[in-house]
Amino acid sequence: MSADRRNGGAVPVSLRGLAKRFGSVQALKPLDLDIAGGELIAFLGPSGCGKTTTLLLIAGIYRADEGEIWFGDRRVDGLHPRDRDVGMVFQSYALYPHLTLFENIAFPLRLKKVPNDEVKRRVEHIAEVLGIAEQLHRRPSQVSGGQQQRAAIARAQVKEPSILLLDEPLSNLDAKIRLQARGEIRRLQKELGVTSILVTHDQSEALAMADRVAVFSDGQLRQFATPDELYARPADAFVASFVGFPPMNLFEGEVRGGEFLTDGLRVPVPRSWPEGRARLGIRPEHVRLEGDVEGEMVGFEPQGREFLVNVRVGARQLQVLTTARPPDTSTLRLSFPPDHLHLFDEEGARLDV
Amino acid sequence: MPLRPRGWWLILLVLAAITLPIVVGYLWIVIGSFNTRVHGITPVGEWTLENWRFLGERVGRRPPIWTALLNTLLFAGGVSLLVVTVSAMAAYAISRLSFPGRGWFLGLVLVLHAFPAVSLLIASYYVLRVLGLFDSLVGVVLVMTSFMMPFGIWLLKGFFDGISWEMEMAALVDGASRWRIFRTIALPLVRPGLFALAVFTFLVAWGEFILPYTFIVSGRTWTLSIYLQSMLGDFERADYGLVAAVGLFYILPAVAVFLVGQRYLLDMYFGGSKG
Repeated sequence: MSADRRNGGAVPVSLRGLAKRFGSVQALKPLDLDIAGGELIAFLGPSGCGKTTTLLLIAGIYRADEGEIWFGDRRVDGLHPRDRDVGMVFQSYALYPHLTLFENIAFPLRLKKVPNDEVKRRVEHIAEVLGIAEQLHRRPSQVSGGQQQRAAIARAQVKEPSILLLDEPLSNLDAKIRLQARGEIRRLQKELGVTSILVTHDQSEALAMADRVAVFSDGQLRQFATPDELYARPADAFVASFVGFPPMNLFEGEVRGGEFLTDGLRVPVPRSWPEGRARLGIRPEHVRLEGDVEGEMVGFEPQGREFLVNVRVGARQLQVLTTARPPDTSTLRLSFPPDHLHLFDEEGARLDV
Repeated sequence: MPLRPRGWWLILLVLAAITLPIVVGYLWIVIGSFNTRVHGITPVGEWTLENWRFLGERVGRRPPIWTALLNTLLFAGGVSLLVVTVSAMAAYAISRLSFPGRGWFLGLVLVLHAFPAVSLLIASYYVLRVLGLFDSLVGVVLVMTSFMMPFGIWLLKGFFDGISWEMEMAALVDGASRWRIFRTIALPLVRPGLFALAVFTFLVAWGEFILPYTFIVSGRTWTLSIYLQSMLGDFERADYGLVAAVGLFYILPAVAVFLVGQRYLLDMYFGGSKG
């Protein structure tokens, strides 16, 4: 079975109208999502946005109020977690402190009554792949955080599940190891070809690791797209402000007569744009430090390779990211290239223009 | 080096003064059991092993001391085992499972915990009579167990509450059932709590007098507490040397259990397991 999967038999995941309520709180509004077999998907959003709820619904820890979960042609939303064939890595790793790493990793196999010699072979193999073969006789408290994290991945992966679920697996690691672990998880996932879902609140993690990213807020899926697409064409103002760092500059105002007007800031826009109330967005890295709009520099942060400049135009403030050191004057001249402007309606939905 | 608060010797002095009467009591027992006559705690008679004759022979019409010792061991051990087993299951359910009436049950346990069990003596008597368990060790064990359960449940619930939810979720995803999680994950993690409760209930049951005294009549089911009491309240004149020796004999196993189990008892009062 697992051999089939490696030959391109990875299991797709399909969520149909999935919803969850806790008391009067709608934790997840009806969600439709299709994940291709072998993909690594990130669920991205601020805390309390529904991403972990969705993950636990898929794992079978929570029971859905509405909707269906399909793993390939198998409907699993009525099944006990043990019958779903998923592996999961938790933020705290959730290793069993009274067992050695070997017994921790072996635990899922023991529950499946796998014969002893095969347990030994499989545990040692996965430990070898993850570089913790030397630590197998130790207890979780006797190894480093990075090794605990790998043991947790090994435990999730040792039964070769259809789906691998990762709940903030990197957030308890030191910044230095975290970058390295990112690459390792991605490499392992590609090698195993297992369909994977990564929950994270860290956008750089999501963008760097995932094939596609699902952005959540307030229990709702905002956009499900490739990292490039999220950056280039955010589906709404929330995604626009959440993805990308520093965040996109967003202004509320009005489109009229080929201009976007807001409190003292006038931005020329194509005449073809629909007139009326709207929101205009432009990323800090796309604002140019030459042009007709006059602004006052109110802040300046060197960031190594780049400079982050805070500029006040009229009553509005915006951020500009530039590789060239800005002129040493308090007055700056800006322009907003029309190609890089994003237009959203009053509710925040993207307007394609 | 441990930190000594200012005026520590004063504190020590006060504590020593408070403890002194108890220490004197123990001293009396030790000295009295090896001497023919004692004034206060001053031995005035001859040193002797005569007071320990109960080890080899029956005293009056009482059962052999070894019968009473065995009964006490069975009683305390049985109560300890039952309280730990049943409380563990109940506490896990209260801590981790949701079922109808959970909050209500939790409140009831708390109320029962504060309830003076002695006021149920007569009711318990009738229950035991109906069940045919009056004057049997099993009967007293059951009554004592039920009186101690609320405490056991509360104690172990605290320990179970300390196990992270993620660990339980991990075990579920790994393929374990709740019963399996209870046995292989949760129980080993609260082991300090189980040991503490086992030691504590054993000691309480070891010293229990009222319940065996009320529900046991026949000499062959006597426990040590009844045996000791029989030497004080009888028609014959109390033989204080004998009382001291039996008292010392009664204390020693409890001291041994305490010495072995004290680190778990400390855990109990700090109420939690470290992962």
